[in-house]
Amino acid sequence: MRYAMAVDTLKCVGCSDCVVACQTENDVPIGHCRDWIVEKTTGTYPELQLEIRSERCNHCANAPCVRTCPTEASHYAEGGIVLVEESECIGCKACITSCPYDARFIHPEGYVDKCTFCIHRVEKGQNPACVSVCPTHAMIFGDLDDPNSDISRAMATRKWKSLIPEAGTDPKVFYLI
Amino acid sequence: MIEEIITSGRMNPEIDPILHVWGGEIPFYLFLGGISAGILIFSAYFTLRGRQEELPVAVKWMPLAVPFLIGIGLIALLMDLSHVLYFWQLFTNIRWESPMSWGAWTLGIIMPLSIAWIATWVEDIFPKWDWKFDEVKTAIEWLKNYRRYMAQILILLSVILGMYTGILLSAFNARPFWNTSILGPLFLASGLSASAALVSFFSKSEVEKRLFTRIDIILIGIELFMIVHLFMGHLAGTQVHIQAAQMFLGGAFTVPFWVFVVGLGLLLPVVLEILELKHKFIPAIVPVVLIVAGNLMLRFIVVNAGQASRWLY
Repeated sequence: MRYAMAVDTLKCVGCSDCVVACQTENDVPIGHCRDWIVEKTTGTYPELQLEIRSERCNHCANAPCVRTCPTEASHYAEGGIVLVEESECIGCKACITSCPYDARFIHPEGYVDKCTFCIHRVEKGQNPACVSVCPTHAMIFGDLDDPNSDISRAMATRKWKSLIPEAGTDPKVFYLI
Repeated sequence: MIEEIITSGRMNPEIDPILHVWGGEIPFYLFLGGISAGILIFSAYFTLRGRQEELPVAVKWMPLAVPFLIGIGLIALLMDLSHVLYFWQLFTNIRWESPMSWGAWTLGIIMPLSIAWIATWVEDIFPKWDWKFDEVKTAIEWLKNYRRYMAQILILLSVILGMYTGILLSAFNARPFWNTSILGPLFLASGLSASAALVSFFSKSEVEKRLFTRIDIILIGIELFMIVHLFMGHLAGTQVHIQAAQMFLGGAFTVPFWVFVVGLGLLLPVVLEILELKHKFIPAIVPVVLIVAGNLMLRFIVVNAGQASRWLY
């Protein structure tokens, strides 16, 4: 099982519903976020291109945060989901500096926090909160090892990219382009 | 011209607009760790060479400072942890891939070992020293028989201590400025250089002073060579590495680095030390202060510059 997410940049309108859903579902402390919207405008007026992405932890298969964690607090859970065990985190922040996507933050209680792919929902067979509320159905979550899953089919039939693959992290969040 | 504007809705006060999760505690600790490693390496090495009587400051006196330096460094480290009550988790795990884990275990071993090392020399330094308890006295006499083994282990662990602080940073490829393996040897050389300068400052013997001034000159030469290589490597790297180097070649870190670290912290003291060897009168305090301050500044600048460098996507 290899959990992954695909965000369709042609459908995403940047409404931030995913951000709000995540904050509500996961009780994310005010002033922080586990997912966020990025708008990238390329070109010179009037010839412009706009790409809108819903970004979060990439749940890398070769995660630098897991590698640099001195206590095994950052670890791989079922399906390759990268998690932080609060009671093992000392707050050294090595994982924050090691993440090229800047996806982690310090929870006001001191430990490091980030997207969990809503593992508590996934374990019950549900989609992560961000995916389930997306009004344009721009996000797909599923198992890359299952060739018939929605995500495998989308990746097989659409052009896609991942973010800074040259950082060697083998990210598991993809962007359909 | 193609323009790119990236607008992010991310809310993360520690990361946006630039990463600043590590404040002054970390570079201060790296500085103390580097000097402690340097002191222990010289002390252990010259013990193995049998020169303890000839070089008393380097072998016997300087290590007295190590437990205090490491102790202050550890306090700085603990002050940096945001979930500090769980710090003991460092010692319930061994993570080979994490330089921070290596560092924690090395410190955990080097601290008691350096105290034991000092204990074997205390009677040489303070002839009237009395251990009060016979058991302690017997234990220390017994330890003295194993000084050679202790010295060998100390050299190994101190090299790890001196290098790991650099390797810790170079292991983060997310921060392109740090992502160069030369940081490990550079920090080791600069820690050795600061401790050599301190030995020659505190020593009263002409032989010891001149030897450590000479050692320091060589170490500063090595540091300058490695700094040039650091930038050569970055400039021959990918776009993000080139951008990281440019922070020092016209960007925000140019003056602090080239004027204060390289100019006042390396070039000026090396000239003063050469003049000293030629028997010109140089107030002994000047080169040592410049070198130690440059050492501290190097770590502050490297830690801050690394946090300011990033991937753009």
